[in-house]
Amino acid sequence: MSDVQLALDGAAFDGLVQIEELAGQGMITLRGDLADDTIRASVNGLFGIDIPAQRGTAFAGDTGALWMSPDEMLLLCPYEGARAMADELAEKVKDAHALVVNVSDARTVFRLKGSMLREVIAKLAPADMSPGVFEPGELRRTRLAQVAAAFWMDDARNARVVCFRSVAGYVFGLLSTSADDASAVNHFTR
Amino acid sequence: MSTRVQTQGRLINRDRPVSFKFNGTLLNGYLGDTLASALLANDQMLMGRSFKYHRPRGVVASGSEEPNALVGLGEGDRFEPNQRATTTELFHGLTATSQNHWPSLNYDVGIVNNTLSRFLSAGFYYKMFIHPRPFWKHIYEPFIRHSAGLGKAPDSESRDADRYEHFYAFTDVLVIGGGVAGLQSALTAARAGAKVLLLEQTAHLGGRAPVDGGTIDGMDPDAWVAKACEELDALPNAQIRTRTMGAGVYDHGYVLGYERLTDHAPEASGPRHRLWRIRAAQIITATGAIERPLSFAGNDIPGVMLASAMRDYLVNFGVSPGDRTVVVTNNDDAYRTAIALVQAGLKVPAILDARPNGGGALMDDAKALGIRVETGAAAVKVKGAKRVHSVCRGVQAGDGEVLEEIFCDAVAMSGGWSPVVHLWSHCGGKLFWDEGQAAFRPDHARAPTSHDGAPFVITAGSADGEMHLNAVLQNAANAGKTAASAVGAAKGDAAAPSGDAPDEAPLVPVWMMPQGAPRKLRTKSWLDYQNDVKVSDVQLAAQEGFESVEHAKRYTTLGMATDQGKLSNINGLATLSHALNEDIPQVGTTTFRPPYTPISFGAIAGEARGEIFQPIRKTPMHDWHDSNGAHWEPVGHWRRPYAYPQPGETVEDAVQREVLATRNSLGLLDASTLGKIIVKGPDAGRFLDMLYTNMMSTLKPGRCRYGLMCTENGFLSDDGVVARIDEDTFLCHTTTGGAESVHAHMEEWLQTEWWDWKVWTVNATEQYAQIAVVGPNARKLLEKLGGMDVSQDALTFMGWADGALAGLSVRVHRISFSGELSFEIAVAANLGRALWDKLVEAGQQWNITPYGTEALHILRAEKGFIMIGDETDGTVIPQDLGLDWAISKKKTDYIGKRAQQRSHMVDPKRWKLVGLETLDGSTLKDGAHAIADASNENGQRNTQGRVTSTYRSPTLNKGIAMGLVLNGPDRMGEVIELTAGGDDTVKAKIVNPVFFDPEGAKQNV
Repeated sequence: MSDVQLALDGAAFDGLVQIEELAGQGMITLRGDLADDTIRASVNGLFGIDIPAQRGTAFAGDTGALWMSPDEMLLLCPYEGARAMADELAEKVKDAHALVVNVSDARTVFRLKGSMLREVIAKLAPADMSPGVFEPGELRRTRLAQVAAAFWMDDARNARVVCFRSVAGYVFGLLSTSADDASAVNHFTR
Repeated sequence: MSTRVQTQGRLINRDRPVSFKFNGTLLNGYLGDTLASALLANDQMLMGRSFKYHRPRGVVASGSEEPNALVGLGEGDRFEPNQRATTTELFHGLTATSQNHWPSLNYDVGIVNNTLSRFLSAGFYYKMFIHPRPFWKHIYEPFIRHSAGLGKAPDSESRDADRYEHFYAFTDVLVIGGGVAGLQSALTAARAGAKVLLLEQTAHLGGRAPVDGGTIDGMDPDAWVAKACEELDALPNAQIRTRTMGAGVYDHGYVLGYERLTDHAPEASGPRHRLWRIRAAQIITATGAIERPLSFAGNDIPGVMLASAMRDYLVNFGVSPGDRTVVVTNNDDAYRTAIALVQAGLKVPAILDARPNGGGALMDDAKALGIRVETGAAAVKVKGAKRVHSVCRGVQAGDGEVLEEIFCDAVAMSGGWSPVVHLWSHCGGKLFWDEGQAAFRPDHARAPTSHDGAPFVITAGSADGEMHLNAVLQNAANAGKTAASAVGAAKGDAAAPSGDAPDEAPLVPVWMMPQGAPRKLRTKSWLDYQNDVKVSDVQLAAQEGFESVEHAKRYTTLGMATDQGKLSNINGLATLSHALNEDIPQVGTTTFRPPYTPISFGAIAGEARGEIFQPIRKTPMHDWHDSNGAHWEPVGHWRRPYAYPQPGETVEDAVQREVLATRNSLGLLDASTLGKIIVKGPDAGRFLDMLYTNMMSTLKPGRCRYGLMCTENGFLSDDGVVARIDEDTFLCHTTTGGAESVHAHMEEWLQTEWWDWKVWTVNATEQYAQIAVVGPNARKLLEKLGGMDVSQDALTFMGWADGALAGLSVRVHRISFSGELSFEIAVAANLGRALWDKLVEAGQQWNITPYGTEALHILRAEKGFIMIGDETDGTVIPQDLGLDWAISKKKTDYIGKRAQQRSHMVDPKRWKLVGLETLDGSTLKDGAHAIADASNENGQRNTQGRVTSTYRSPTLNKGIAMGLVLNGPDRMGEVIELTAGGDDTVKAKIVNPVFFDPEGAKQNV
């Protein structure tokens, strides 16, 4: 798919953390009653994961699920197959009241790599990034400075940050400014 | 003279000399000095001129309460006015200038105000400059602005050279203040298991204790502080931030911390200030106490200082403010200063103690050192100009008779201590008046409360009003324990260390010295140094009826300067209460407001400057527009091309060219910014029937319909094309600025009113790039790309179809906002640029012309299509715009329907939309008014309408406009007059708003 063009052409920055715009990520918004049996079974059947609890994430290989609200989930899958996955899921849940939309192009995903990632995010998001409070398995749907964003940790040194595509440049600017080498706070690590 | 002494100076490093400039003169200090201590060490007692009278002023305090020693710091892009010398850490190359003087600090012309001071009393400006009225703006104000004031504003062309950031932190217990009380509170809370963050505004921990002496658990305070820090550092749940001030306490445990990272080392990289945005479950304010000045004549002469400050300069920085210092006091604490001075080998000719019986153990110590103590004594006045010359001794109970003139070069004064209750009070904590201490103290029964009604601020140590070292430590440990248990942490040792210090005899309140000071003395007794408010001013305010402390404050400006009256408030309101013959608690205090001391605008702005000042939303084709000369227009946070001027072309020329090219052949528009909301569910049709004024539920899958959205009050708020995707699913297009608000509007109705309707919405705006291909050759271009049938029969006007173009999956809507044959193509955002490039390339044979928002506006205006934000302004209903055809008569209800039936909404006199054509073909001014006969009661010309959209139409080669006009649709052909700037008017004919192709033939091909 040579025609695919990311918002920032795979921009990268190296500072307190390494920041990198990731290649296309398949994303499917599911709105529905997350406790509904058909919906749970369909998500499990297609994505191989159980719907996560409040503020939670779930991953299985190249698929995943992010809890967005009591009636909204963001499902992750490979970019190329997202449309087909969305169609298939829509078909499976057609008798339950649900809305499935392929939104794989609506957002930009950044990877933050390094032990200071908590601090870089805490400069921008009004979320408690303390170890023990925010850990892998958790998601925050919040804001980074002036725009909406969500993020989660894959492990202690890796986090992914998601924002809308149109503000990718702004968010990259925020993250790289906050990851300036001379601006360590050393609040979480001493 | 003030100078460096060879002993003491616990905070300076004599091995690290530092040079700096004050008013252009090179001076030397040591690493660890403040600017104030270094200036004193260089005998620079005179540091500035006062606000109103330009009186010479020296430093009076040693910390953030300092009112006098304000300087302009730095140069060029780093210049900052009103910086306190007492909180400015010295660094190599520091440049400071004194303020409010002309031509020089030593010889100031404005001092003439001083001799006129009897005419410049409280309320002078109000009384003097009220008449004649026009004089205020042109004569009085410029003059006052020139003669009064402190620092200069930075040059308007300078740009802050530093960067700033925010940091969000969360903690169980936040301790503000790193003196021994704060440290003990932090220790107790952290030992109990609570997560603790301690902020200290200076670079040093320990506060006053190491200067004031005594022992803690038998240790020297310095040693105890070091041990406490060591323990806190070792605890994983405790953290200390120095150079970080607790600036303000807000609702629900929200606190702003102001960290000054590089003020002491401006060449260091990294942010200069960091604003900590803290959420704390419990807040302990261990902010200490501030010593009060005494109100005697000449108490502002350089060399008169707070006794505690003088002790600080000596012990912390090894600086003596004078060789011979007279101490004036009403309490025991000031004796510590006398003792310290004598022990450092300096002279104290006398201690003037206003108390008839003097003090306790400390007085005995002083006497044992051979210091002369006069009890029941008063400083009647201090003599001197730019520095102290002598003190005239009298009797406190008397009326100013001078018994003796004592020659000296410095005066240490102490009127007692006021707990720093600011942070306690920021969020509603109340105070009580402690008669014995003559101080306001936090009233624990009326603490600031959080969401659950429970207190969330606790005061500790001197901030709670405890003044003896042992009581401070016990109190602080209790505060730590209380805070910890409030957050469920209760393990560990809550015992406090014991503090040993001499017992002190009670003070005697002294609000005026001597008690019967005549007017001549009272007019030279300063309360507020920074704003030049004297005892006589406050008395005058009371006499003139300003009985409320808040009124007296504003009338006299007491406490309204940058120091917010840290030294003056209590003395001022005590003076006011005496003048009113009321008790101090009845008069009360003014309101304490954050920040505690001024914080930088940079810190508040944080990272938001330059490229990341605010988000700029970019479409997938943004870079193409940029490299093809787009002249940008901000639309919400988006940037959209206004036009694409080519080399040698003006923006206006480009707009005209783009319109003609589109009408005659082929245009291309980036419409990606339009909102795209998917609405699905069995009740979706019913839901959209409520949201839009027209009927959406009857729309057939595969078809599009233009719809209007109104607020509950009936006003037109958004419009757009709705496409029905399938039986249950609709795609609602919104305006560019409306995407988020319309989505929120939908969710609000679904979540609060129609929660039982089965409807889901998703805002899919960013998923798609959308490109409008417009013009007579539009179909040919799509057919050239190939992949789907876009013939007139297959894709009729107001239809849509999914398919492929040039190998890319697309959804094509055959809709038109221009009156031309037009296709709006939606494609996945990541493929938007690819499709755009293919369209541009394949369209060359028809001279494909990308057009911007202005051409879009002209194209729609030529067709009489309305634009939200032009024809609407929040007061316009669809009926005003002749859009009755888009308002369903069949529906029983839609949002806004009821409101549109109100009497004013059906008033036939509402201005209605018409077209306007000038008789001379000129273009009307944007927003021009249609004038009517005569004038209203205010002498303003009556109006009968206004222009909402006006353009030069290249298609028709004349000006065209739309406007709202009284009875407009009934006055077709009538000529009215419209404003044209100044007194000029221009005549225009009322016409049909559809100027071009009224039959719609061009889009129906």
